[in-house]
Amino acid sequence: MRLTIPEREIMTPGHLACQGCGGSLAMRYALKVFGKDTMLSIPACCWAVIDGPFPYTSVNVPLFHTAFETAAIMASGIKAGLMVQGKDTTNVVAWAGDGGTFDIGLQAISGAAERNDDITYIVYDNEAYMNTGIQRSSATPHGAWTTTTPVKHYKKGPKKNIAEIMAAHRIPYTATASVGYPEDFCKKLEKAKNTKGFKFIHVLAPCPTGWKSDPRYTIKLAKLAVQTNSFPLYEIIDGIHYKQNVKIKERKPIKEYFKYQGRFKHLHEDEVQYIQNFIDETYALFEMKLE
Amino acid sequence: MKKTMMGNFAASWGAQLSRVQVIAAYPITPQTLIVEKLSEIVADGELDAEFIKVESEHSAMAACIGASATGARAYTATSAQGLALMHEMLHWAGLARMPIVMTNVNRAMAPGWSIWADQNDSLSQRDTGWMQIYASSAQEILDSTIIGYKVSEQVLLPTLISFDAFFLSHTVEVVDMPEIELVDKYLPPFKPDYKLDVNDPRSFGALTDEQYYYEFRYKMQESMNEAVDIIKDAGKEYEKLTGRAYSLIHPYRCEDADMILVTSGTIAETTNVAVDELRAEGKKVGNLRIRVIRPYPKKEILEVVKGVKKLAVIDRNISPGYSGIFSQELKSALYNEVDIPTRSYIAGLGGRDVKIEDIKDMANDALKNDTPNDLIWKGVKL
Amino acid sequence: MVIKFQKNDKPVIITGAKDMPPMAASLGSMLQNKTGDWRNVRPIIDYEKCIKCFICWKICPEPAIDIVDELPVINYDYCKGCLMCMEECPKDAIHYEKEGK
Repeated sequence: MRLTIPEREIMTPGHLACQGCGGSLAMRYALKVFGKDTMLSIPACCWAVIDGPFPYTSVNVPLFHTAFETAAIMASGIKAGLMVQGKDTTNVVAWAGDGGTFDIGLQAISGAAERNDDITYIVYDNEAYMNTGIQRSSATPHGAWTTTTPVKHYKKGPKKNIAEIMAAHRIPYTATASVGYPEDFCKKLEKAKNTKGFKFIHVLAPCPTGWKSDPRYTIKLAKLAVQTNSFPLYEIIDGIHYKQNVKIKERKPIKEYFKYQGRFKHLHEDEVQYIQNFIDETYALFEMKLE
Repeated sequence: MKKTMMGNFAASWGAQLSRVQVIAAYPITPQTLIVEKLSEIVADGELDAEFIKVESEHSAMAACIGASATGARAYTATSAQGLALMHEMLHWAGLARMPIVMTNVNRAMAPGWSIWADQNDSLSQRDTGWMQIYASSAQEILDSTIIGYKVSEQVLLPTLISFDAFFLSHTVEVVDMPEIELVDKYLPPFKPDYKLDVNDPRSFGALTDEQYYYEFRYKMQESMNEAVDIIKDAGKEYEKLTGRAYSLIHPYRCEDADMILVTSGTIAETTNVAVDELRAEGKKVGNLRIRVIRPYPKKEILEVVKGVKKLAVIDRNISPGYSGIFSQELKSALYNEVDIPTRSYIAGLGGRDVKIEDIKDMANDALKNDTPNDLIWKGVKL
Repeated sequence: MVIKFQKNDKPVIITGAKDMPPMAASLGSMLQNKTGDWRNVRPIIDYEKCIKCFICWKICPEPAIDIVDELPVINYDYCKGCLMCMEECPKDAIHYEKEGK
């Protein structure tokens, strides 16, 4: 029996994630790697509900629920409190959705990154405010339907490049990941665990409810995002050294990715082509940064 | 050991003597000196604390909550706009039952920009579950910080200590700093029952529906009620150690008074002088300084005022559309208990000075007039 | 006085304020919430076809697949029937059946 990711389970089932939830899978992997000596700071997001209502919990590590915009700073405060008591080994992890990271939480994450606070910040990105019912965020990709970008006014404008924003703070470790590549994600979690200073991981977490996809395709979608070059998997060391982790020999067309998602089905051919061109241009620029 | 220092530095040294472990603060006039002094104190090795230089006051309070949740003693300081920015997290600290102590320099809310004394900032936060103290001297700021942690850590509610901008933050007074060994005897290390602990993993603050939220509020109120006696006991114990007594209210010459002025902050100190002058003129007035407004010392106030013929409240604040806030709360405490005509005065908003003569004017006006419900704006230029 | 954390899969009994901590701190586990009743369809592993790659175990979001005697075993108390395991199995060793009424 050969397992490619750590065997131990920290999180237990019985939680409230939707069927096929990418965010749930991402947490499962993170806790496997970080282990019991971990504390989570979780703002308003799906995970604020998934863990379970009072008086229950499912993560089996200390979890502090916090206000929407404060995931990063709450983690920094927790870390400071532990350090001053001599408890240096604990992994303090801010675990937030895209809304609480790209939008309302941007100030706090920038502050914590600039101070190089010794925490790991993981954003599980389902590309909209899913917990409140699928409203657009600045992580929503161009072309997507959401409740605040209905079909006649679908979301226009590129997804904010949060990894680049974080790297601009010259933090020791920045990485993108996908639940479709669990071994790669676990390696990155391990690197974050063993690095001092501010670590940032952006993990793509497909959401069947918000993406209007069949729950069974969550892994397929998490892979296709990478295979179409629209979500390349890479690391940035010290904000300047770029390394790609999964090289796609021949990228798949974006319509292959869109095929499984109801949130893109309204797009006409020329709109899809626009998106395809944007992906290819952006990817070409990205490749220039690789060492 | 006696030293001369500004009110702001009394706050810094109060935090140092309380052995705070995590400080997260953001600069704002006229609080800046508090945290600058604390940075020096930490850098000089006189305090073993983590100092997080946060990027906003909202983050300052969040960081304090995070640190407090792990069982570390957390501290911050702010003023006006900063306190207002923290509002969401003040509710968080209260409901999460984090025993944080914060000093707030009472400064007027903007716009227009004002850095001068006014109590609207802290009074706007009355409903957040924080205990609230209004200090009148630099000595009291230092002492209240230490007592604040002692009480907060017993009742599990945070404490806000407010004092007037410039009149107290920047004026120099003689302050007796207790020896830290004495403070250590008084204030033991913080040891919470519930904390973030990998050996007892729990979630804090999860979804709480109508089945339980009501009872959490009930428990908070019970703790506020218990706090009244705990504050008195902590004040008496501090008096044994230092000779300085603190309670929820500080009456001055009220025992045989015909009229009692009700005041807070630096206006209260000035009123003591005014009371002496009025007494010398044969007028039997007293001053009731309200030090703690949350928990509200209703019983204590009633004991002092029960025989008096008149009350006159001076508020350095206003709840627009109603009245001065200390006045509103006092009147509601008296209702159904005693029938004492009470006049409400507004004075000193936005840092306008309130002199001894001003207080005597208000006292004489109250002595002359029996109509209880006027709201008088002392010195307003029409 | 600390209320102990209940580690099993039984509900926590709270009759009132006296059974509650001062703040909303958890007292029990979500294991008491048997999400198996969410299912419309039930995945079933055919152990004749199973090559023990454990991809199903690896990608279950709950997790509702345990490793028992070196085999993947679906825990039907919690399986929500998302069918990710069926989709990802490289040997088509998992099929589904409708949940009985």
